[in-house]
Amino acid sequence: MGAALAVAALIIVFAPAPSLAAQPTERRFRIEASSYEYAPPAIAVNVGDTVTLELVSTDYVHGLYVDGYGLNLIAEPGHTERLTFVADKPGAFRFRCSVTCGPLHPFMIGKLSVGPNWLLWRAVALAGVAAVAGLVIARR
Amino acid sequence: MTRYDLAQLPLVKPLLKSRWPQWIIQAIALAGFIFAIIAGFIGTPVGSRNFSIVFVWIGWWALLMLIAVPMFGRGWCSVCPIPLPGEWLQRGAVIAPNIKGGFTLGRRWPNKLRNIWLQNGSFALVALFSAVALTQPSVTAIVLAAFLFLAVGASLIFERRAFCRYLCPVGGFIGLYSQLAPIEVRAKDPSLCATHTEKTCYTGSADGYGCPWQVFPGGLTKNTYCGTCVECLRTCPHDNIAINLRPLGADLQQPTGRRLDEAFKAFIMLGSAMAYSLVMLGPWGAAKTAAYSVGSMAWAGYAAAFLIFIFGLLPGLFWIAVALSKKIRPHPRPLPRKRERGKGEGGTRKAFVSFSYALIPLGLTAWVAFSLSFVLANISYLWPAISDPLGWGWNLFGTAAMEWTPHLAQAAPTLQVIALVGGLLWASATARQIAGDLKYSTRASLPVIAFCAAVAVGMLWLLVG
Repeated sequence: MGAALAVAALIIVFAPAPSLAAQPTERRFRIEASSYEYAPPAIAVNVGDTVTLELVSTDYVHGLYVDGYGLNLIAEPGHTERLTFVADKPGAFRFRCSVTCGPLHPFMIGKLSVGPNWLLWRAVALAGVAAVAGLVIARR
Repeated sequence: MTRYDLAQLPLVKPLLKSRWPQWIIQAIALAGFIFAIIAGFIGTPVGSRNFSIVFVWIGWWALLMLIAVPMFGRGWCSVCPIPLPGEWLQRGAVIAPNIKGGFTLGRRWPNKLRNIWLQNGSFALVALFSAVALTQPSVTAIVLAAFLFLAVGASLIFERRAFCRYLCPVGGFIGLYSQLAPIEVRAKDPSLCATHTEKTCYTGSADGYGCPWQVFPGGLTKNTYCGTCVECLRTCPHDNIAINLRPLGADLQQPTGRRLDEAFKAFIMLGSAMAYSLVMLGPWGAAKTAAYSVGSMAWAGYAAAFLIFIFGLLPGLFWIAVALSKKIRPHPRPLPRKRERGKGEGGTRKAFVSFSYALIPLGLTAWVAFSLSFVLANISYLWPAISDPLGWGWNLFGTAAMEWTPHLAQAAPTLQVIALVGGLLWASATARQIAGDLKYSTRASLPVIAFCAAVAVGMLWLLVG
């Protein structure tokens, strides 16, 4: 039983993700930043899409740093800043304000989803294996 | 279970028996603590540029939740600066033991309050204001000063460390999670303690103070209330105290001493980790604003939702899971008479309390996962704050201009998955073992494990979804 669970866990971790690639397209998002949120708060694209982000601040200077991609935009109120990139890394990435904008600045966070979030699905499957594995470990 | 006494290693025992190494660390921590209060009051109101916010809620929090609690249990409590001024007054001494005593009424803590319900309440109270406390230096300073004031007051009125043991909101959860730590302070031979009439580990001697945490080391079976201050190592005339390296989570193997107040601590901590992940780290601005707008209707709604979640919904759902466990267990012997159920061995309340200890590993790993997000994204604020702790334009060490840079942004989600899946594995094994303690079948632990799995998946969705 223990060996079977270990094999299942290895398969879940290392099995290549199914290819669900849609035809890459150009995507454009206008993101309004205000204290302490982005609108829209979450955006989703497909892997390979060419993505243009337009950051508009409606109150103070705000930034938009995309985790994993290392991209950064800074927008002053009334000015639109643009950035174009190819979304070539799949997964869910947080984007967060990169300019101190007020008390809740460290928690001004949004979400970029690039294709299916295989890390989450693998994690959920691993959670299932872990729940069963706990029973096996305790029995020993 | 195997143990290894770390005090056998060269230098370890002399270092622990001497008061100086511990005192030096405590003195540095106290200086930092007092500076954090001062910085909070007189420094810049910009949290990410103020020592009080950056060093307390990023630096200290990272040290506590990612290293100190998982590795050393109550290790932080052994060097915590908060009780020091009060303890110095109470003892009438700063370093060397003073058997004459100092300034204190020396009252016994009331029997009815000899539990951690006050700590549960104090944590929930601080948690309600955490969006403000975490981000506004002056509020952080007020919170820290209040801790200091309460600790001094408790030392002047009550004997020993009443604040640490019964009031400190941080100490409550450190104690809960210290049961998982690979370190313990224990008597080598408890039977020797039983025959030692002087009980200097509890009463004190010329070599040190009686246990400040009000525990008798000879009877210790869990880490929960041992502050690892090692006074007992100093006062034991028989060299009967060990600092053991032990298997992780060894205290969870103890089927005795499980309590409702500790059970609720587990719910409060697990629920808070979920609520913080949703509010602080989620993309929902309205939730953040509500948590921050103390006194507004939105905040009242947030506070009510938070309290209902940690004190009602989460324990309520867990009660249902435990009731299901109880229903599907085979009965190895006749059930107690109806009037005895609910109190005795087969009671749902006892099962609820016992099974809730399975949430302890999941709770700790949920906090580790939450803290990874928060700390790795913001730890680079430490470097400018070292050079310019008050935000006054200083550049003491040449790091004031270092820019904010998230660390390990790509690896953080994977680390969070490892933490949460590991926590679920641990919780599942613990639930199975607790089912055995209760004389339930393996099958009966499944509803509790399903509850833990649902919580873990919820956390995964919040943090890496």
